[in-house]
Amino acid sequence: MSVDSVFVHKMWNDHELSKMVKGGVPFAMLSDGGGRVGSVYGVYDPDAGVEMRGRFLIDPDGVIQGYEVLTPPVGRNVSETLRQIQAFQLVRNSKGTEATPSGWKPGKMTLKPGPDLVGKVWEVWKTTMAFD
Amino acid sequence: MPEEIKAGCARPTGGPVGESPAAAPPAQEGERKEAKVMIKVGGKAPDFTAPAYMKGKFVQTKLSDNLGKWVVLCFYPGDFTFV
Repeated sequence: MSVDSVFVHKMWNDHELSKMVKGGVPFAMLSDGGGRVGSVYGVYDPDAGVEMRGRFLIDPDGVIQGYEVLTPPVGRNVSETLRQIQAFQLVRNSKGTEATPSGWKPGKMTLKPGPDLVGKVWEVWKTTMAFD
Repeated sequence: MPEEIKAGCARPTGGPVGESPAAAPPAQEGERKEAKVMIKVGGKAPDFTAPAYMKGKFVQTKLSDNLGKWVVLCFYPGDFTFV
């Protein structure tokens, strides 16, 4: 979503993005002229007239599980976004019985919070696991 | 499925759902108008409608049409802006 019109979105997709991604952008390119939606999400800068790089993860119930907002010159990390979605999906599927510690990736161990784990995380989780 | 819209000369618009600008009472004197909804994790994502370009068509989209699915909502400064 940006303040550009759908016509500009079409030109960008057809003339540039489709040369990066075969078949073009497979999802909706939303238009927010005037930044009304961006204002509600806290990412619209009225002085610059544009929206910051905000990324919101919304679960199947319409609840925001996470967000990240960057100023324009720095791009996002899609791998980290996907990792967070996988982590939120795991937690959701476990109905909250499991949690993903720092550095978790699919396949790594999860934590099962409960009375037995209090003060014992150091036994099962090492700081090296926070890194790739 | 999002409803297709015709490409006319008027620029299609969207906005937050449930907010009617005309009906909003004037802000109190000395009080800056602020967005009513505060974003927080664990809170509901404010619903909105927005026109969009999707796979060759112009469509009208609504966030709440995606309930039941995970949604990644991305804002960016503008088309053709390098990053």
